[in-house]
Amino acid sequence: MDMFSDPALWLPFVFAGLMGLSILIYVVLDGFDLGVGLLFPFANEGEKDRMIGSIGPFWDANETWLVLAVGLLLVAFPAAHGAILTALYLPVAVMLIGLILRGVAFEFRAKAPPEWKRLWNRAFFAGSLMTSMSQGFMLGMYVMGLTWTLPHVAFALLTAAFLTVGYSFIGATWVIHKSDGLLQLKAIDWAKGGVWGLVLGIGAVSAATPYVSVRIFDKWFSWPEALYLAPLPLLSAALVVGLWVALRRMPFDRDRRSWLPFAMATGLWATAFGGMAYSFYPYVVPEKLTIYEAASAPESLFIILVGTVVVLPTILGYSILAFTIFRGKARELRYD
Amino acid sequence: MDTLILSRIQFGANISFHILFPTITIALGWVLLFFKLRFNATGEDRWMEAYRFWVKVFALSFAMGVVSGITMSFQFGTNWPGFMETVGNIAGPLLAYEVLTAFFLEAVFLGIMLFGASRVPGWLHTLATFLVAFGTTMSAFWIIVLNSWMHTPQGFEMIDGVAHATDWWAIIFNPSMPYRFAHMLLASFLTVSFLIAGVSAFRWIIGGRTAGVRVALKSAVYGAALLIPLQIYMGDMHGLNTLEHQPQKIAAMEANWETGPNVPLLLFAIPDDAARENRFEIAIPNLASLILTHHADGVVPGLNDFVGEDGEVLHPRVAAVFWSFRVMVGTGVAMLLLSWATAALLLRRGVEGLPRPVLYGLVGMTFSGWLATLAGWYTTEIGRQPWLVQGVLSTRDAVADVPAAMVASTLIAYLVVYALLLGAYILVIFYLARRAARGEKLDPRPEPRAVPIPAE
Ligand code: HDD
Ligand code: HEM
Ligand code: HEM
Repeated sequence: MDMFSDPALWLPFVFAGLMGLSILIYVVLDGFDLGVGLLFPFANEGEKDRMIGSIGPFWDANETWLVLAVGLLLVAFPAAHGAILTALYLPVAVMLIGLILRGVAFEFRAKAPPEWKRLWNRAFFAGSLMTSMSQGFMLGMYVMGLTWTLPHVAFALLTAAFLTVGYSFIGATWVIHKSDGLLQLKAIDWAKGGVWGLVLGIGAVSAATPYVSVRIFDKWFSWPEALYLAPLPLLSAALVVGLWVALRRMPFDRDRRSWLPFAMATGLWATAFGGMAYSFYPYVVPEKLTIYEAASAPESLFIILVGTVVVLPTILGYSILAFTIFRGKARELRYD
Repeated sequence: MDTLILSRIQFGANISFHILFPTITIALGWVLLFFKLRFNATGEDRWMEAYRFWVKVFALSFAMGVVSGITMSFQFGTNWPGFMETVGNIAGPLLAYEVLTAFFLEAVFLGIMLFGASRVPGWLHTLATFLVAFGTTMSAFWIIVLNSWMHTPQGFEMIDGVAHATDWWAIIFNPSMPYRFAHMLLASFLTVSFLIAGVSAFRWIIGGRTAGVRVALKSAVYGAALLIPLQIYMGDMHGLNTLEHQPQKIAAMEANWETGPNVPLLLFAIPDDAARENRFEIAIPNLASLILTHHADGVVPGLNDFVGEDGEVLHPRVAAVFWSFRVMVGTGVAMLLLSWATAALLLRRGVEGLPRPVLYGLVGMTFSGWLATLAGWYTTEIGRQPWLVQGVLSTRDAVADVPAAMVASTLIAYLVVYALLLGAYILVIFYLARRAARGEKLDPRPEPRAVPIPAE
């Protein structure tokens, strides 16, 4: 195929794929960190420490996927990067301040004088909340084509709430996996309470997107595409049912398969994400700018691709190493 | 105020806040590795005691650096879209390599370095410490490459107003990169030396006279005494390089208006941009010519050469560059005096023999590295104005078209958050020092439960 002979054709596609992948990894990994922060007010002091212990060694690396995602957007699609981020100026600022509070609260709550600890716990929650809400808001605005009209903002507020509940859900499934005893039982309850947020969120975005653009509507509801795409919604439905059933029966005997809800939640994110990617392709700024129009010069993309192909597997390798070293139930964090 | 000036203040505030913490982590990573290796070699507990205290400061600084760095990466898009649209083909790959080769490395191994000691074999923990130090240094390398390229761009061609890379080797090893990178690394080591010396002196004064404090204080003072002459020499070389590539910046640093020989070194002056002259000059004759050209009658460029035919000013505002340069050099000289005096006393009388005023001096200079570093960056960055990429892209052309009120609101929000966090950071460092001095075992558990406090 001559598509591969012209790098200006396949490089933007590859980079859109890489960017999508890092966003997906980000929302799953930092999703559970943020979720743990969102669940903080529901936990008592001792539980808080264990919950922090369950994400302590990971959160920094998890957050780095966001840096990679925005970095890829910036390097591969500079024009889109400017357009998207200036349109989302305020929610981005809210997210950044949220990320700042969340990240430093981690350290300060362990090191500051004990009188301040409650304050930093609150900052940890507030930071996680600001981050999740603004990310959900940006998702909604993006789906609506980045225009600030009242209905669009209203929709974005709705997705903000859903994403927040969705993050606390995946956070709860992570705690189920990393804890035992009373905390685990509590986390199972949290997860039961949160699963609907995810369902409504995915539902709202799936329902809204086709109505925003005729192009997307046709992509989903024309024959025979609808047939090829059917597995996606069916798989999501199956995962939701599976989650529901599993959560009702948990904890399993001898804590077997405590990872199951987290794995299913990840699958659910991935299918939802795949659906969105399919809807928006080939646009990077919805209905305005395609990845081909926004892409950087092929020479520059190629330089990055070479690096990525070598480095990404290495990164995955040592990330797996870290997750293996800190596998098992969370302990309190100690420096020695 | 308009969007341009507000965005500039906002960027300046964000990067100033960010750079404080990398400046600490870049060198502190290596210092921790040094403590760890000394412990591995000697088995003496004092090295581990020093390690245990400073690893906490490292973790805290690292978190501050990471979160403020994330703000930085979004700033390009929210405030300076013209930057990536014009030079994205060059800046993009450099930033991408920073993320891929440095950020992930340090972020992943940080977890193992901080919390893994009891879960992995000793060599893997030492290796993780090394990889974190190496990763922070790599971050600094890539970002300095980019920043230096913005000062001395080469290896590209402009096609339809967009820069396209032609020679990556030339881009990475651009003329000012080696000087800036070396000067920055030394700045980082000096900042950390004075931080460790200051906090250790503080602990010593309030009675925490342990072997770990002693060894940290000594290492830091000797390190500073060795590095500061190197830094001054590097600074001089850096200046000569700038004279070659950005003469208008040197002219502003010296507040020299007319090109000519026998230029004096101004110790004090109030440069007046409107009248294009200095007031209240106090000067040493010929010294600027001597430093910059090594001849008393050497010719030094003047600012009046950088005014366009139509009166357009193509040099930076003078006062800010002039004064920040003097703050940096002044701090450098103070560091030289204090570190050599302290080192001489240490050699003869040991830590016990340090007189009180010297100890207080060290405490006072705890954050002197920050001051010099910020002043140096202000000289560098403001000295490049009105350009964002020297000769290629002006700052005005890169700014985003967002309403000024919006930028003002985020600017205020950032400033409030930064002021609070900076206060908390400094308080917590001294709080940790006081706890350590009281002999409390520094319990790293998040929950400081009733820890039995051993009697003093
Ligand atoms: C501990 C920090 C520190 C200390 C003691 C010094 N510097 Fe510095 N200086 C820096 C930290 C720094 C810096 C923050 O790292 C800068 C900003 C950009 C860079 O590469 O280094 C810098 C920039 C900088 C520049 C600007 C170059 C340019 O961008 O064009 C010059 C000419 C000097 N330095 C020269 C000196 C001299 C002559 C010093 C003698 C005392 C000195 N510095 C001490
Ligand atoms: C790769 C690293 C860097 C890049 C890409 C960069 C880029 C920029 C940009 C886009 C601006 C905006 C233009 C302006 O405000 O005038 C700027 C200005 C500025 N930068 Fe940098 N910068 C870098 C490193 C630093 C560092 C480490 C500092 C240290 C504190 C710094 C301090 C400043 C300041 C103070 C300004 C404001 C200058 C003014 O208002 O005239 N920069 N730089
Ligand atoms: C515009 C310029 C800059 C941007 C966009 C930027 C971006 C970032 C980001 C996103 C991080 C967090 C990485 C993580 O997730 O682990 C970070 C950390 C870091 N940055 Fe910057 N940075 C800039 C300027 C600088 C400068 C001028 C230096 C030093 C010379 C520097 C040195 C570091 C280092 C060593 C780290 C490691 C983390 C730490 O020690 O806190 N950065 N930066």
